[in-house]
Amino acid sequence: MTAGYSRILAVFAFIAILVTLPLWIRDTFYVNIASQILIWSIAAMGLNLLVGYAGLVSLGHASLFAIGGYAVGIAITSGFDQLTAFVIGLAIILLISAIFGALALRSTGIGFLMITLAIGQILWGVAYRWVSLTNGDNGISIPARPQPFGLDIEGPTPFYYLALAVFILALAFTSRLVLSPLGAAIRGTRDEPRRMTALGYNVWLTRYIAFVMSGFLSGIAGLLFLYYNGFVSPQVLTVQSSSEILLMVLSGGSATIFGPFVGALVIVFMKNVASSFVERWSLVLGLIFVLIIIFIPEGIVPGLARLKTGFGGARRIRAVPAPSGEAS
Amino acid sequence: MWFILTINSVTLGGLLFLLSAGFSLIFGLMRIPNLTHGSFFMLGGYLGVTLIRFGLNFWIAAILTALIMAAIGVTVERLLLRPLGGNAMQQVLLTLGLSFIIADLSLMIWTGDPVRVPTPPGLEGTASLFALQFPLYRLAVVGIAVIIAVGLWLMIERTRLGAMIRAGVDDAPMARVVGIRVSALFSVVFALGAALAGFAGLMAGPYLSIYPGLDSEMLPLALIVVILGGTNSLLGALVGSFIIGFLFNFGQVLFPNLAYVILFLPMLVILMFRPQGLFGRLT
Repeated sequence: MTAGYSRILAVFAFIAILVTLPLWIRDTFYVNIASQILIWSIAAMGLNLLVGYAGLVSLGHASLFAIGGYAVGIAITSGFDQLTAFVIGLAIILLISAIFGALALRSTGIGFLMITLAIGQILWGVAYRWVSLTNGDNGISIPARPQPFGLDIEGPTPFYYLALAVFILALAFTSRLVLSPLGAAIRGTRDEPRRMTALGYNVWLTRYIAFVMSGFLSGIAGLLFLYYNGFVSPQVLTVQSSSEILLMVLSGGSATIFGPFVGALVIVFMKNVASSFVERWSLVLGLIFVLIIIFIPEGIVPGLARLKTGFGGARRIRAVPAPSGEAS
Repeated sequence: MWFILTINSVTLGGLLFLLSAGFSLIFGLMRIPNLTHGSFFMLGGYLGVTLIRFGLNFWIAAILTALIMAAIGVTVERLLLRPLGGNAMQQVLLTLGLSFIIADLSLMIWTGDPVRVPTPPGLEGTASLFALQFPLYRLAVVGIAVIIAVGLWLMIERTRLGAMIRAGVDDAPMARVVGIRVSALFSVVFALGAALAGFAGLMAGPYLSIYPGLDSEMLPLALIVVILGGTNSLLGALVGSFIIGFLFNFGQVLFPNLAYVILFLPMLVILMFRPQGLFGRLT
């Protein structure tokens, strides 16, 4: 049980560090980077539900990330107020995730990956080519950040706290979800789809629910991204962008709660800091991809856990400890 | 205008066939979509142009490009994919990482400006038939695609190598049992796919020109062709290529805003009613 307490303590320490972060880094450049890390963590957490827990690797998630931003941006530029635009955005995210998931889940495994890649590219094509709706390559700008509950979030620090609040909510949601019966069912469809069918679970529906929740979470991150940048463009939904989110999940460690955060931390930091020294981000991205796949395919968080617990200690499911008394 | 659109569609269909035939073969045998396939296409175009700039004849450059790409294909398969043997997902992600590396290196070497490939001498003009003007080069591309399609078909259906590949596609462990070195076939097929993609890239040069981003434009087209036509099927790749060739060109003219959505519609219908693709077999 002490292990349980020290884990809870670690989580509180982690959150305490995040909450006090702007007090001791001060430099707004780094506060903004911290906001970006949180935003991409949320997107990666969404993808992790699918990749890690449902075992479905999507290469089209950047389009679900961007679609909400586009919806809100288009709603605002065509005259809706911030709140209505936000609600429209949420609805569109759910709608597109539902359609996207229904198509992609015609297949699993590699087929799923191919379909998500193809649909992602098509949505990119829409964003890029449907100029009258999406403003093409120039993207869509919004004039100002919204003021949720009358709070002013224009400054870097207030915005950081908004992102942090959403991040903590997403973290609480995913950690509850994976321990819930639904979470167990989702993991079951990953490991033993046939047995799950035999047990009377609707495997397709379980996967579909996982997909829609995953898309919704990534879409919410996309809304934050729009509010952060005030801008969304086709660049956000390229294959490269989808791959970056996937790399965050894989490098941090899929099917772990903190893996996506660690992955986002590494990738966003590399992208912002390393790319001010090296010009060639996609070369670096490709190299990290190849190196991680060859050397630490299980990701950073399980890799560290393995070092801590000795050989054989880290299993994918073990990375999420089941509390005592939970039906297995 | 309808006439030139049709010619363009058929030309694009031919190019797509060269691209997706290899993609489909690799997928059939190794069970992975090769996400560097678009990069092989682009790289082939750039390499070919460079060879032509060294003063080589277009056709000699095309053959050399295919050979170089075959060598690159074997290297990738042997050095990078082989060690991950069996883990398909890791192999796919590795090909994805590799595509970023190739894209960025190409940008470094050949800069961001589009490179136009000169039309091979003797094929610049048009031929007239029934008062219609046929651009010679595009006809040549279609002709070459047809010749290669027939050649591939003969190879798969009529030769010993083809029989071994078919056996490997149908049941790899059983093929191993009867003494076929399936792992050697992987290299052969990967080399063949890379060579065809690179060759197609150069053939596309005088028509599309070669530019950064061409890789990620062509890859989804190959994906859609294979989803449409079905994997493991040359006929599927052929029919799928021409369907996409027509939809792409006509879509861009008739509905310029929605060209990509129109490409997507037949894929949607196929996925709903025939997930294995038009000519695919359930395995």
